Amino acid sequence: MPIDRRTVVHAADLARIALTDAEVERFTGQLSVVLDAVARLAEVDTSAIPPSASTLPLRNVERDDEPRPGLGAEEALANAPRGGRDGEFFRVQEVLQER
Amino acid sequence: MNALPASITEAAASLRRRETSAAELTEVALERAHRDRLNAWLLVADERARAQAKAADERLRRGDAPPLCGIPWACKDIIGTKGVETTAGSRILDGYVPPYSATVVERLDAAGAVMVGKTNLDEFAMGSSNENSAFGPVRNPWRADRVPGGSSGGSAVAVAAGHALFALGTDTGGSIRQPGALTGVVGMKPTYGRVSRYGVVAFASSLDQVGPFTRTVEDCAIVCQALFGKDPHDATTMPLPAEDLRRDLDRGVEGLRIGVPKEFFIEGMEPDVERAVRDALAELERQGAALVDISLPSTDHGLAVYYIIQPAEASSNLARYDGVRYGLRVEGRDLLETYRRTRGEGFGPEVKRRMILGTYALSAGYYDAYYVKAQKVRTLIKAEFDRAFERCDAIVTPTSPTVAFRIGQKVDDPLAMYLNDVFTLPGNIAGLPGISVPCGFSDGLPIGLQVMASSFQEATLFRVAAAYERATGFHEKRPEVAA
Repeated sequence: MPIDRRTVVHAADLARIALTDAEVERFTGQLSVVLDAVARLAEVDTSAIPPSASTLPLRNVERDDEPRPGLGAEEALANAPRGGRDGEFFRVQEVLQER
Repeated sequence: MNALPASITEAAASLRRRETSAAELTEVALERAHRDRLNAWLLVADERARAQAKAADERLRRGDAPPLCGIPWACKDIIGTKGVETTAGSRILDGYVPPYSATVVERLDAAGAVMVGKTNLDEFAMGSSNENSAFGPVRNPWRADRVPGGSSGGSAVAVAAGHALFALGTDTGGSIRQPGALTGVVGMKPTYGRVSRYGVVAFASSLDQVGPFTRTVEDCAIVCQALFGKDPHDATTMPLPAEDLRRDLDRGVEGLRIGVPKEFFIEGMEPDVERAVRDALAELERQGAALVDISLPSTDHGLAVYYIIQPAEASSNLARYDGVRYGLRVEGRDLLETYRRTRGEGFGPEVKRRMILGTYALSAGYYDAYYVKAQKVRTLIKAEFDRAFERCDAIVTPTSPTVAFRIGQKVDDPLAMYLNDVFTLPGNIAGLPGISVPCGFSDGLPIGLQVMASSFQEATLFRVAAAYERATGFHEKRPEVAA
């Protein structure tokens, strides 16, 4: 199934990536070729095959729940983006707006 | 001394005979790294390296030093290093200095190894040529107009060009084995679950594995010995009893059954590559191995499975780069616009393509047709390998269908680029260990031979690779690099 511009724009929106028009154009063509190649999987009969999320024979790995120190505030904030720190807080734009 | 010894084992012996010191080896490596013209290095950690060398020399004097003590190594810049900037080859991590080190780095620190610096890579390890780095392509030391392979191209070149005695890379679809093949060094992906991924920038979590580049198979086993083992910080590391990975290095291949899958000898493979691999198979047979024809019928679907699962997992993992807590932030008129602009400007084209592909494959209405379908075919591929390993002890194939190609040759054709990994990515899908060893040259460019083994049977893989290496001299050839 070929992918069109609208689908590329929609997926980029879901992925929170701003694209230029030129990128939308280029990616639509390139991703159509890739999706054509992967679409061949539909030919494989998998009606009796369970999906694998992992190749390891591990389930429910457990450990003791022991308290230990995490990153300190200064360490956690040290990598804040330029303009992204306000004292001991990360500075972000408002998420909820009053109407 | 103006060049590093030929291998870790040689360097370790020289260190113990007091013919050299960790300080001297480190100065050679630092000088080489600083003079590098192949763009292999993103950062040279002079002070950290010199401090580690000093501590290593003291430990060597005390006489209880482990095999990697004082050995200079190169770290792919997707592996987090406390206090040392880590970029993952991306602008989006701009200025990021990890507050902790990856477990693999801590293990090598504890073993006394000396980290020379951080090496160039395809952005977030997405690529097979190192042309997707935000910091420029890496060049192949055998011919500077050729790619070194990827994504761990800088690490491969650091070893091939003699800047370090080993390097770490990560392999999600072939990113250690393929650049190992294209630069003429040993490159190895351990079984999924052998090596901790803690502190490594996550790409596709069910496929990623850290592994070494070295000059020899024995060196590879030595580095693996230091890396392998359960890590409480990574729930996907297998709890297994300790074993000596070098135990079978000298046993030879007599009586071993070597599987030759017909699906790995395909159209599109360069004739010199096929010839070199057939010669290698003949050599193993001459040494007493039995060649067994096997079939892995779903090999053909490996690429499709990989290009659904891998971008899907990546699109989820890379959601964390939002410009809030670290790295680049490009502010827009509201928070949503800030996310979009940060990611639009921070990611390069290949990362964006895969984010879109992965998001699409996981989106409502397509999830079952793409993602779940790929996971089912993954089950099939794994089952075919399991059946094949009932009939053979190891599988031998080419590592890559081609030798190093020209820089720029495949950048605008993603599918052609993805086909570079067609022989290596089945190993990631099935979680199997694989090693690439040098097996010849085509017009002066190295060819790699891939040996795969059953899960957690790395000792067998080293046994086959070492037997082949002993009989041939390909690993001793070095590029005449203007280092």
